[in-house]
Amino acid sequence: MKSVGHSIRKIDGMAIATGKPVYTEDLAMDNALVVKILRSPHAYAKIRSIDLSKAESLEGVECILTYKDVPNVRFTLAGQSYPEPSPYDRLILDQIVRYVGDEVAIIAAVDEKTAQLAMKRIKVEYEVMEPVLDFEQAIGHSSIVHPEEDLSCNFEIGLNKEKNIASSYHEEVGDVEEELKRCAVVVEDVYYPQAQAHTMMETYRAFSYLDHTGRLIVVSSTQVPFHIRRQLARALQIPASKIRVIKPRIGGGFGGKQTGAGDVFAALVTLKTGKPALIIYDRKETFTCTTSRHAMRLRVKLGADQDGIIRAIDMQVLSDTGAYGEHAPTVLGCVGHYTLPLYNKTRAVRFDGHAVYTNKMPAGAFRGYGATQGTFALESIVNKLAERLKLDPTEIRLKNISKVGETFLTGQGVMLGSTSLDQCIVRGKELIGWDEKFPRREVGPNKVRAVGMAITMQGSGIANIGTASAEIRLNDDGNFTLLTGATDMGTGCDTILSQMAAEILEIPMEIIIVNAGDTDTSPYDPGSYASSTTYVAGTAVVKAAEELKSKILAQSAAFLGVSREDVELNGLAVRTLSGDQEISFAKLAELTILGTGKLQLVGYATHGSEVSPPPYVAGFAEVEVDRETGKVDLIDYVAVIDCGTVINPNLARIQAEGGIAQGIGMALYEQVRYDELGKMATNTFMQYKIPTRKDVGKVRIEFEVSYEPTGPFGAKSIGEVVANTPPPAISHAIYNAVGVRENHLPITPEKVFLGMQK
Amino acid sequence: MFTIIDLVQPNNLDEAYQILSDKRNNTILGGCAFLKMGKKRINTGVDLTNLKLSYIQERDNFIEIGAMTSLRELETHPLLKEYYNGVLPQSVRDIIGVQFRNGVTVGASVYSKYGFSDLITALLCLDTEVELFKAGRMPLADFLTMPKAKDILVRLWIKKTLRQAIYLSFRSSASDYSVLNVAVSKLDNHWTIAVGARPSKAAIAVSASAMLSQEVLTLEEIEEIAQKASEELSFGTNQRGTATYRKALCKALVKRGIMEVLPCKSN
Amino acid sequence: MQIELTINEKAVKWEVAFDELLADTLRSHGFLSIKTACDTSCCGLCTVWIDGKSRLSCSILSLQAHGKKITTIEGLPKEAEEFAQILSAEGAEQCGFCSPGFIMSVLAMKNELVNPSEEEIIHYLTGNLCRCTGYMGQLRAIKTFLGVA
Ligand SMILES: Cc1cc2nc3c(=O)[nH]c(=O)nc-3n(C[C@H](O)[C@H](O)[C@H](O)COP(=O)(O)OP(=O)(O)OC[C@H]3O[C@@H](n4cnc5c(N)ncnc54)[C@H](O)[C@@H]3O)c2cc1C
Ligand code: FES
Ligand code: FES
Repeated sequence: MKSVGHSIRKIDGMAIATGKPVYTEDLAMDNALVVKILRSPHAYAKIRSIDLSKAESLEGVECILTYKDVPNVRFTLAGQSYPEPSPYDRLILDQIVRYVGDEVAIIAAVDEKTAQLAMKRIKVEYEVMEPVLDFEQAIGHSSIVHPEEDLSCNFEIGLNKEKNIASSYHEEVGDVEEELKRCAVVVEDVYYPQAQAHTMMETYRAFSYLDHTGRLIVVSSTQVPFHIRRQLARALQIPASKIRVIKPRIGGGFGGKQTGAGDVFAALVTLKTGKPALIIYDRKETFTCTTSRHAMRLRVKLGADQDGIIRAIDMQVLSDTGAYGEHAPTVLGCVGHYTLPLYNKTRAVRFDGHAVYTNKMPAGAFRGYGATQGTFALESIVNKLAERLKLDPTEIRLKNISKVGETFLTGQGVMLGSTSLDQCIVRGKELIGWDEKFPRREVGPNKVRAVGMAITMQGSGIANIGTASAEIRLNDDGNFTLLTGATDMGTGCDTILSQMAAEILEIPMEIIIVNAGDTDTSPYDPGSYASSTTYVAGTAVVKAAEELKSKILAQSAAFLGVSREDVELNGLAVRTLSGDQEISFAKLAELTILGTGKLQLVGYATHGSEVSPPPYVAGFAEVEVDRETGKVDLIDYVAVIDCGTVINPNLARIQAEGGIAQGIGMALYEQVRYDELGKMATNTFMQYKIPTRKDVGKVRIEFEVSYEPTGPFGAKSIGEVVANTPPPAISHAIYNAVGVRENHLPITPEKVFLGMQK
Repeated sequence: MFTIIDLVQPNNLDEAYQILSDKRNNTILGGCAFLKMGKKRINTGVDLTNLKLSYIQERDNFIEIGAMTSLRELETHPLLKEYYNGVLPQSVRDIIGVQFRNGVTVGASVYSKYGFSDLITALLCLDTEVELFKAGRMPLADFLTMPKAKDILVRLWIKKTLRQAIYLSFRSSASDYSVLNVAVSKLDNHWTIAVGARPSKAAIAVSASAMLSQEVLTLEEIEEIAQKASEELSFGTNQRGTATYRKALCKALVKRGIMEVLPCKSN
Repeated sequence: MQIELTINEKAVKWEVAFDELLADTLRSHGFLSIKTACDTSCCGLCTVWIDGKSRLSCSILSLQAHGKKITTIEGLPKEAEEFAQILSAEGAEQCGFCSPGFIMSVLAMKNELVNPSEEEIIHYLTGNLCRCTGYMGQLRAIKTFLGVA
């Protein structure tokens, strides 16, 4: 293959690396109004009165909007395909504020200073109510986070607002209780993966204006332009046809930008004033007023027979969705969907979960999407089982993992199309030096080194829901334009998708123009999430390219006066098999598009998959623990990955290294913390520490290629699965080093130290 | 974000001090990294840039460090690498990053008496004096216990000796504030153990330091002294750690500090 | 107040407020390579050179830059391009938002350190956060760039 499988440089790489003005703020108009949000200082309160008089009279204040000025229609900020599973539980501004940071008023002014001053001059009286802060106390709490009558769902998600339950999910195959009784060993434990902040470097931002036809244009740093358009249409009560959402280059998302943030406020200001408006969340707002990973409590019970074959898995999950239910039902469901199928020798599995409302910042989509939390729990308990049975942790996995052609209990008969997980485990073991290093070695006075491991899976797109479309045109000059709705957020999908198109059309990538991320011009795509771009949008591109190729061959054959079977592609031309006649793409374009051509050649395809094939990772950690202080140094992290065919090895490697680093942050350093009044304490990079380059040790990636029959060129996904193994693998390594099983993430030195004192 | 109504760049210290004392909200500006995080409304900002206070100078008996010297200069200056076993460069090297340390100043770092300070702990185990414009020259330890008064820190004087020192900080992640930090030094038989980020400001473990002044030390004796240090000092709890944990860290770090200083030759 | 400074070798006179930070001044004068990602001097995205030394443009008053020589990535097209080529060949500019500041630090390091070890490289660049790449690819690119592989 000429394009696919090669480490081709990203098509936007040089521009973004050298700081060219291609991000949202760079493109905003200089005269845009500055939009700022007055936010609630209380975790739970009702607004009694708002006095704007002192603020509105300030020169340069354009408008100040409160709950009285917004449409009374509830919506969700979750960027999901319609009908969204997330509850419609928020208004643009509400009389009830549900967490510290919830929006109270929108201020638009000519500049930042004026907006800030106006904000200070707004007087709000609150009736403060008792907040629900501890998610384990939410069900049955005397306060009800969403008392409103008009909260609604598109379908049954197990919402019970009187009990603060946003969503419930139950799934059971076989009789778990009976099966556990039959098992030779049963292990159980409770795990607490924490809330984690995305901390993409470019904070949330959007600007809006009205175009020459009076339509609302929103340029947004988002992963989901089409969903944002639908969301705005509902929230603002204007037809979607009156809205255009454009996504420029964006400075990271990690799932955070799968949930709307400031777009609706800027848009509302533009609608009210007719003027361009720009909203930029500062770092503090990004930490405190957007979304995080769902903090969870997972009780897991595992039953196995004497040989270590896992026969029963029981998972009970409580998920903290915070003040609003963005992604609450789906993240909850994914905890089970992306963990239970790992081990398919089970005879019974049960999953029972609730996502609860609390008066804290909402949780939302975050790379891994429930799989991360589920993997921490399941893999930790499997490590515990291995120890109980005196089996090598790698062996117990090899005995239990699913193989190609097999099904699993909750999988409704879907067969596994590809896996090289067994090779990933074997290779990872070699790379980390498992046999020499497991479980521990003393390396100095008070210093001990140990290894740990975990495996994980994810999906590739959302089966039967995620659909992507792609269009490829042969342009008038013989070049091509690829139109896709896929949303490149630095992940390189603009590049990867054109690699695929280039491969099929047998052309160099340089002659493909990529046009993406604009709801006016792009074909529909749900956006960059659920690890769907390469797999779903990629397949759409492949199909569109194939259609175009076949049209090019047919049309060329017609012009050459031969039959369709007698021509083939040849560089930038089509020639007869005998080689004596040829027509260039440029000539073909001229004949079809210009003059009397009358038919521009276009390939178009919409693709949705009935399956969501899992990519896999086997992750191995080596840590050094200081016995006197509890300090954990990550020495080495090895991840061996099965993402099917690797379309662009360098880009895949960077995805993997970045995902592992985020997982390392979750395992060791990062935690969203609140004070006793529900105010977030970790609202800066000074208090919320993401890993620096000194904190990640050495991360090594390898690929064990498999071939996924339903994927483009055999590819699956990679974006999310890479975030999942570090918490359980590092936790395991620490346990092996000093015997401390710390189930509350992150595993700080103090926790390790206290554990050792026990 | 802070606000500044007016800004001056005086050409001499008298003028600077005059303006500083004029109004309650007049404030000295160092590198501004800390100031900018606050919400302070500064009436007149007094920028010391023109006072030529950014220097590290070797004198006959002292090393003199101007208040506007950046932490990065402290980290890279050959003189400071050579003296005291390089304890000063060692102490500041983990603060955020190079471009940060290029901006923040020694004067602000010492004057502010931050509890978490790495630099103060290291300076405290040396023979350091602080020169303030109004209050004059005094030992750092005295300055630290003095009530806060409006003044200008002009320079530091560190006695040039063959004192050998070690700095150890314990951080939960690489560029975080210290959970605890420790500096241990030895000149002939005189030892000093300083402990900072308790989380309150650095202090000397006087008794433990005195106990150290013996010729030969066994591991047990060192552990006992480290234990003593952790008992004579007080520790508190904040986001980064509990008092109990800090006490345990103090013992571990002081022990390591002593053991690392022991082999250093001071003559 | 008016300040005079040299920006990328060009002398300019700019009107700035007393509490204006250099990062904002630079962006308002069209130096859009300047990115900021925090309010606490922690991320390094805003790194520029002042008199040849890397500094956080978010943490210095524009007034304090009076009389100084400022360099942004726009002023180093050749050097920046050379390194950016290597960085992007490695795939290590993911979202790219951290890249300009990172490249300014790398170029400052190249001027300051001779034949740095891996540890010295990592130490020098600790103040540049990146959430996308996990840092390994950046390190590979630097080693190629410095020829210290
Ligand atoms: C995110 C962050 C992390 C940090 N981490 C650490 C760390 O881990 N360890 C550590 O030791 N330090 C740390 N610091 C503190 C840092 O090292 C500096 O000490 C601090 O920023 C103050 O230096 P500055 O030059 O920025 O002072 P400024 O912000 O300009 O001033 C701080 C205060 O000092 C006053 N001041 C300044 N100069 C003088 C003077 N000459 N005389 C009298 N008063 C003066 C000012 O009026 C102001 O009140 C950190 C700071 C930040 C912002
Ligand atoms: S913007 Fe973060 S350090 Fe300057
Ligand atoms: S590439 Fe996105 S933050 Fe570094």
